This record gives sequence, structure tokens and C-alpha cells, in this order.
Amino acid sequence: MDAAPIIRLRGIRTQFGAQVVHDGLDLDVMQGEVLGVVGGSGTGKSVLLRCIAGLRPPQAGSIEIFGQDALNCSEAQRRAIDQRMGVMFQDGALFSSLTVRENVEVPMRTLPGLDARLRRDLADLKIAMSGLPYVAGDKYPSELSGGMRKRAGLARALALDPEIVFLDEPTAGLDPIGASAFDELINTLSQTLGLTVFLVTHDLDTLHATCDRIAVLAEKRVLYTGTMAEMQRVEHPWVHEYFHGPRARAAVAATERTG
Amino acid sequence: MSRGPLSASAQPGFDPKSGHASEHAALAPAAAGAGADWVLEGMLTLRSLPRLLPDLDRIGGGQVRLDLSHLSKLDTAGAFALHQLQQRLEREGGALQLEGLSRDHAALIERVAQSIPEPPAPAPSRRSLGDLLDLLGRNVAAAGIFLAELHAMLGMFLARLVWLVRHPSEFRMTALVHHCDQVGWKAVPIVALMSFLIGVVLAFQGAVQLRQFGAEIFVVDLIAISILRELGILLTAIIVAGRTASSFTAAIGSMKMREEIDAMRTLAIDPVVVLFVPRILALLITLPILGMLANFMGLFGGAMMSWIELGISPGMFLARLLDDTGVNHVVVGFVKAPVFAMIIGVIGCHAGMQVGGNAESLGSQTSAAVVRAIFAVIVADALFSIFFAMMDY
Repeated sequence: MDAAPIIRLRGIRTQFGAQVVHDGLDLDVMQGEVLGVVGGSGTGKSVLLRCIAGLRPPQAGSIEIFGQDALNCSEAQRRAIDQRMGVMFQDGALFSSLTVRENVEVPMRTLPGLDARLRRDLADLKIAMSGLPYVAGDKYPSELSGGMRKRAGLARALALDPEIVFLDEPTAGLDPIGASAFDELINTLSQTLGLTVFLVTHDLDTLHATCDRIAVLAEKRVLYTGTMAEMQRVEHPWVHEYFHGPRARAAVAATERTG
Repeated sequence: MSRGPLSASAQPGFDPKSGHASEHAALAPAAAGAGADWVLEGMLTLRSLPRLLPDLDRIGGGQVRLDLSHLSKLDTAGAFALHQLQQRLEREGGALQLEGLSRDHAALIERVAQSIPEPPAPAPSRRSLGDLLDLLGRNVAAAGIFLAELHAMLGMFLARLVWLVRHPSEFRMTALVHHCDQVGWKAVPIVALMSFLIGVVLAFQGAVQLRQFGAEIFVVDLIAISILRELGILLTAIIVAGRTASSFTAAIGSMKMREEIDAMRTLAIDPVVVLFVPRILALLITLPILGMLANFMGLFGGAMMSWIELGISPGMFLARLLDDTGVNHVVVGFVKAPVFAMIIGVIGCHAGMQVGGNAESLGSQTSAAVVRAIFAVIVADALFSIFFAMMDY
């Protein structure tokens, strides 16, 4: 793990009208780590993700990605940054008029020199690596279940072999087997590809199974960051409730059973 | 191989001017006695792959040892290319041995090799005469089903309307008023302007023709009969079909797409009562009113043009209109209005219910609803014309 953070947020402030979502938010994401972002509903986890992904610039603060100022840079530089990041939206956000394979090919079309056949083969590979059967490539998003759409969304996010992927609630709405398969997938990808993962989730099992570090969003900023073990010792009432509630205990027990 | 290695940057290079990450990989024959045949160095990634592929294709011939110890970066696309190279050499009776592979890269190649899907054999696709007949039959059946569904929708609407007469507390008055505003009041400017201009055009064209016979005064009959009997209502219905059928389809279709209509059903709310009845009823109420407005504005435009072009004063126009034009023309016009309203409403709502899970079907259904509604309105108008001609009314 490098010492320099791959994403560096300082003093982020976002607001919708009079409603302030983040105020003075600082966060570092290290290269190669899986960072889990947790927080109650409405604490702006997805808003933070959209800020970093460049979809919604913050009102104040600085964002550095790959050591570059991502807010004050030329359009070409921003595009280059975007090409090194992949985003998986909550419901996949697939283009509904394209098949899954065409969806995965879309980001590859921006690269020069990639011929159609290689693109197709690589798209099939990405679809298979996301755990979808081959035939899913020919289907339209509306013909897939919610879990399959998430996997297809991940396949598209991984299309350009990004260095950072943002996952918005990847396991929400999946059955337990599908969810743990997804956890497994995130682990494998982060190990084999050296992927940095920014994971927004409510799923304590996913946090246990995948995350190197956890950032807790509360009171309009990142209140605590640390490993799962460190989170257990935090005194803050909400954080304590989150990591010591009945669901948290079950997740810990499950992790201990499987080792 | 005579070509030397391309420049291989070890670090993820970034060109601040162009903003593009520059990633290179280079393939070169290994030095003699190096324990390998080829050396691959640099970054074997999706971005460097297209330029490297021709070089990789040149590798061939039996046992090949590839030195990867200077490979600084490998991604899934690169691993895929290495795997394909291995497959190709094995098909040709050789083998590929990867030397100096780091543990992470080996794991990645392993992972990619496991994931490569095996496409199932494609189904034979030959089009025979039977298939074409099959397609024709399916289309005819689909058209029949479509007509049946429209009638089902009409029946549902009428049945719920009768039911609502007996259960007036279930009726959504607010929704009806809202839709009357949307469908009727908001359409007033466009309908008024259009019919005024139609009256102007009729008077102008009629004047040019009738002046040849010295029969200018008949322009009043021409305008009155054509506007009151046909054009006022028909053109209003066409405009309303364009405005309203599309908005019904879009509103109901997006609710269908987001499963809101299913949610209503599970909450024991009847979508026909809540969505369709207020909309179609609003059309039934407002289309005749809009038609009346169109009639007035058309006659007004005609009178203005007759005055300017032919010197027929408004008083003369009015006297001629009241003396010569039978009330039957107005009746014929207004009889059609509720029928057109029903056609537009039913087609718009039906198309909304046909929307599937994706945004594209919403768009295609919306435009289909407009085309169908206008077509159906014109067909109905033609049938009315034949009917009234045979009735001699």
C-alpha cells in the first residue's frame, strides 16, 4: 500500500438549497484498499460518491484523485481521470436500449484501436468475471433480475480495468448467497487487479467480508475511519449502536465461524 | 525480428498536455542464452494492447518461453491476450511457458482463464417460406389482439363509469378538474389560433375561386359548412390527439414502468377508476367545448378575411350565416366530438399500459399512441361522413 492517498478530500461542503449535507468533510482513500463508507440514511453517502465521481461538484473543498486536482482541471484531464475510475450505480443504471454486452462495450468504444472482435471478447470476459452466464450478454437490462443487473453494472464499471471502482450499495436487494458471492467477487478483484474499492453499503456482512477500512459518515463529516476492530471500540452512540446491534453481532459471529 | 522494443514506461505515465494516460508495452526477442525466447516488458493493458497485438501474433513455432519479469502492469485485457496466445500455440501443437511471472500476475491470468466463457453453439438461423408465413400470421393475430384490447379498455372505462354513478364517493373530482385544465384549458390558445387561421385560409381560397363566377357571397356558406360540419371538430381532435394522447401515454407509461400501477393494485386501488376515468372523462367534457371554440374562431377568421378580401361586412356575413346555414351542420359536428374524445383517450391510456420495463418502449409507445389516435380519428370522421351522406342529413 502506498503512503500517498489515491483519493484525497479536504473540507468538502455540499448542500441542496439550505440543507447542508456535508460540511468540512475530509477523507483519504489509500491505493489498493477496500474502503467501506457507512452512515445512516440521508447522511449523504451516495452524494459523496457522486462528488468524487464528478457528477456533482461540491460547493467548497478540494478533491484530489491520482494526485491531481479533480475540480480545477481541464476537461481532457477530467476525462482521463474518469477513464481510470468505474462507477456501479445502485440499480446498475444500464442503458436500457442496449444489451448487456453492448453496455459493457460502451466505455471501450472510447479507446482508439480496439477492434470489434477483441472488444466483444473482452466484454464477454468481463460479463463472466462478474458472475453472469454467457447468455446474459444478449439480454436487455429489463429482462434481468435486480441482482443480475447489479452484476452487469459491475461488468460495465470494470470494462476499462479501472484503478478505482465506486460501488453504491452493491449487495442491497441480493439474496444472501448472491450477496456473499458478490463479496467474494470484490475480494478477488481487489486482490488480483490491485483495485481500489470505494464501497457505499449498509450490509454489515459485506463490511466484515471485504473492507480493509471503514469510514463512518455522521454529523455532516467523516466521523471515524478505521478497521472493523477499531470501529467496535468507538464510543459514539450511533457508531456503537451500528456495530453492536443484533445484526452486527450476527455478522461478527458469521465471520468468526467461517474464519 | 528486426524491430527494437518500443519505449516502455515503467510508471503509469500521464501526459498533462493531452490528458491521456500513456501506457506502452514492448515485445522483443530475448538475448541469446537468456533462458527465454521473447521478452515482454512495460505495461500490458487494455490501452497498450491494440498496438501490441500484431507483435504477439508473430510469435509462433513450438515451445515458446516468454519472459515477463519486466512486466510492470497487467490487467484483465492483457491476461486475456496472454491466455489467447497460449491457446493458439497449443492449437498449433506448441506450448507457451511464462517465465518470471509475479504471483499477482499469475493469479490474475489464472482468474481470467477460469472466467473465459464458452459460447454455446449458435442456433441455425435460416428463413424459410414457413417462417415468413409464421411471421405474417403472428402480425395479423397481434393486430386482432390489439383491437380486442382497445375494446376491452373501452368496456372497462364504461363499466367503471356506470359503477361510479352508483358509488359517487369513489369519484376523483380533483383529478377530473386537474385533467380538464391540462387537456382543455391549456389547449385553448393553440386551438383558437389554428381554427382562426383555417377560417382565414378558407375565405381567401374561396374568394379567389368564387369571384370568377361572381358568386362571392357564397363564401359564407363555404366557410360555415366546412368549419361547422368538418374542420372545426376534426382539426381540434387532431391537435388534442397530438397533445393529449402522448401525455396520457407518457404519464401512465412511466407509472407502469416504475411499477406504480402494480402498487396501486396491491393497495386495492383500481387504476381504471383513478387513472383512466378522470382522463377520458376530462376529454369527453373538454373536446366539445374546444370544438365550439374552434367553430367560433374559424367563423371569426373567415368573416375577417371576407371583409378584407371581398368587402362582405361582418353584419352581412352574420345575416347570411343565420339565414342560410342549417343547424344540422352544427349537430353533425358536435355528434362526432364525444366519439373522437373516447378514441383519443382510450388509445392514449391503452398505449400507456403497453409500456414495458425500459425507457425506449415508453418513447415508442408515446409516438405510436399519437399516430394511432390521429389515424383512428380520421377513419372515424370518414365513417361519419359516409353515414350522414347516406342519411341525407
